[in-house]
Amino acid sequence: MIFLNINNLSVSIEGKKILNDFNLTINQGEIHAIMGPNGSGKSTLANVLAGNEDYEVDSGKIMYKDKDLLDLNIEERAQRGIFIAFQYPVEIPGVKITPFLQASINSKLKNENKPELDRLSFAKLLRKKAEDLGINSEMLKRSINTGFSGGEKKKYEILQMSVLNPEFTIFDETDSGLDVDALRIVTEGINNFKNNNNSFLIITHYQKLLNYINPDHVHIMRNGKIVKSGDISLAGEIEESGYQNF
Amino acid sequence: MNTETSKTLEKYAQEKYKYGFVTDIDSDRPQKGLNEDTIKFISKKKNEPEWMLSWRLNCYKKWLKMPNPNWANLNFPEIDYQDIYYYSAPKGFEKKPKDLSEVDPKLIETYNKLGIPLEEQKVLAGVAVDAVFDSVSVATTYKEELEKLGIVFCSISEAVQIHPELVKKYLGSVIPPGDHSFSALNSAVFTDGSFVYIPENVKCPIELSTYFRINAEETGQFERTLIIADKGSYVSYLEGCTAPQRDTNQLHAANVELIALEDAEIKYATIQNWYPGDENGKGGIYNFVTKRGLCNGKNSKISWTQVETGSAITWKYPSCILKGDNSIGEFYSVAITNNFQQADTGTKMTHIGKKTRSKIISKGISLGNSQNTYRGKVSILRKANKARNYTQCDSLLVGNKCGAHTIPYIDSKNNSAVVEHEASTSKINEEQLYYCRQRGLSHEEAVSLIVNGFCKQVLQELPMEFAVEAQKLVSISLEGSVG
Repeated sequence: MIFLNINNLSVSIEGKKILNDFNLTINQGEIHAIMGPNGSGKSTLANVLAGNEDYEVDSGKIMYKDKDLLDLNIEERAQRGIFIAFQYPVEIPGVKITPFLQASINSKLKNENKPELDRLSFAKLLRKKAEDLGINSEMLKRSINTGFSGGEKKKYEILQMSVLNPEFTIFDETDSGLDVDALRIVTEGINNFKNNNNSFLIITHYQKLLNYINPDHVHIMRNGKIVKSGDISLAGEIEESGYQNF
Repeated sequence: MNTETSKTLEKYAQEKYKYGFVTDIDSDRPQKGLNEDTIKFISKKKNEPEWMLSWRLNCYKKWLKMPNPNWANLNFPEIDYQDIYYYSAPKGFEKKPKDLSEVDPKLIETYNKLGIPLEEQKVLAGVAVDAVFDSVSVATTYKEELEKLGIVFCSISEAVQIHPELVKKYLGSVIPPGDHSFSALNSAVFTDGSFVYIPENVKCPIELSTYFRINAEETGQFERTLIIADKGSYVSYLEGCTAPQRDTNQLHAANVELIALEDAEIKYATIQNWYPGDENGKGGIYNFVTKRGLCNGKNSKISWTQVETGSAITWKYPSCILKGDNSIGEFYSVAITNNFQQADTGTKMTHIGKKTRSKIISKGISLGNSQNTYRGKVSILRKANKARNYTQCDSLLVGNKCGAHTIPYIDSKNNSAVVEHEASTSKINEEQLYYCRQRGLSHEEAVSLIVNGFCKQVLQELPMEFAVEAQKLVSISLEGSVG
């Protein structure tokens, strides 16, 4: 089975070309990192994989678990195990995480023709996952992301990931604006969560996060395509001399 | 708005008002139109004493001289008062049936369909219901149990017969018939509604509730409700409303008066789901309602909670007169307008006593081509030392053809009073929808979740038994908007 194969993908937004014949293959259980300067198209890639309708796919193909991803809308992709840890998680006042995530996990179970979780067993699961991540149970009573600090929002994203157990997680610059404590929770979350089934695409501007996570592949992205691929040493090069050499 | 959002909203438009059925039943009606004979007809049907009839006729004379209030942000053709039936009752309703065996099974079936079972074995646990069908009360549940506590819960027509002294004393005492033309009209032609009296120091152990159903065509419903909470007592009351789907407009002009004496508390909740008209704005109920509560004693409290989702036009300002020192008035409102609905709703808090407090939380949601206005007035009178008010008005817009308006008036004549007002207007956020959908929720689920979150502060004020119902209703009411 091909897990993820992006083939000659071109994407534009409001007539402006952002991704240009982009290619990438990710196998099951792999961690890939994409680094690149601002405006290189990294976040566009995350949004297109998620199915955000503001982006227009001009040409190319995305195969995910032997299915054409472009045929599916946002929620259908999510139900098939694609999860985005957002750069700026949005506030939803008045909506608590318990009913929200319960609806979320049940949409996935329903899609897989598995029995849905009732309120009690879901609440147990959520509490357990929060405990594992060292997240205060007080936080579970608050409205989603509402009045959270940047770090708290990211922890919430990690919590959601570990509850929903997605097969493919995309971190969209999750490390930007994190303090040391939050960065630790995020990296521990990823490290505890990774296994032979789950794949990751980590989009980042800095090397720092990658030191903790140890990706299998590192790609440098510029002007809408990957210009160089390698191992973790590539990230070290960027740290030393920036993107101008690529 | 992106295409997916428009698609969802269009999908909502396909769904229909689910209480729009008509019960096929023979009814007894006077001639169309309003004159002294109509009023005499109603009064005679109800076998009323002379004093009641002359009160009505007096109100009618007042009404004749009054123009309709025209300050609301509403647009509708002039109402032809001579083209309406003022009374309609299922045949054979000269007297209220003693028990359900005397009630036409079609009526019982109607209430079953509406989710309000009246049969003894099936009644809602913990909720006593008075069922009003057009102009008459069909049945009242839990009546005997309440009587044991001295609580009176019956239709207003029955109260005129059995408790004339209370009716005489309090009817029109909070809403003077000459207040405005709709209150005068209601006072002249009111047909049925509920009457509640809670004796001193009695806490009513169950929810009291009235379910209003309009059935007959071209008929106005003029409900009149009077609730008196004597010293140290407590009652929680809820009203629900639905009507058949018709392409002509129908008039509903209600008056509700609440009186809380010293240390008493009244909680009054409304779930208003009258037929709102179709997606082109045809038909629907004109809902002109006057609701007012008087906190007449020290430490008394009245709180209004309303979920307004129906009606073509809503004109409604549940208010509190805070006369007793330390008395408290509250108003919690969710108003959802869709398609071509118009709502002009809010509250009036009049602070008379010392250290009186009021709180107003209003959530307006506009969809489609609708217009939604919050209109409120906070008055602090000269002697209301250290009075306090807090007002919060939030509006949510879905789509770009609807309107939200906030019109707060504040009038303070006392320097020691503190009045706070907060307001916000926002559009439903594509980013929020994207976030929810990325977690696997469908577009509809996401919209409903976000709107329910927006209304949470108000919905949690509803009695438990109805909170879930209200949440569902909020979701259903998002139907019918084309972005």
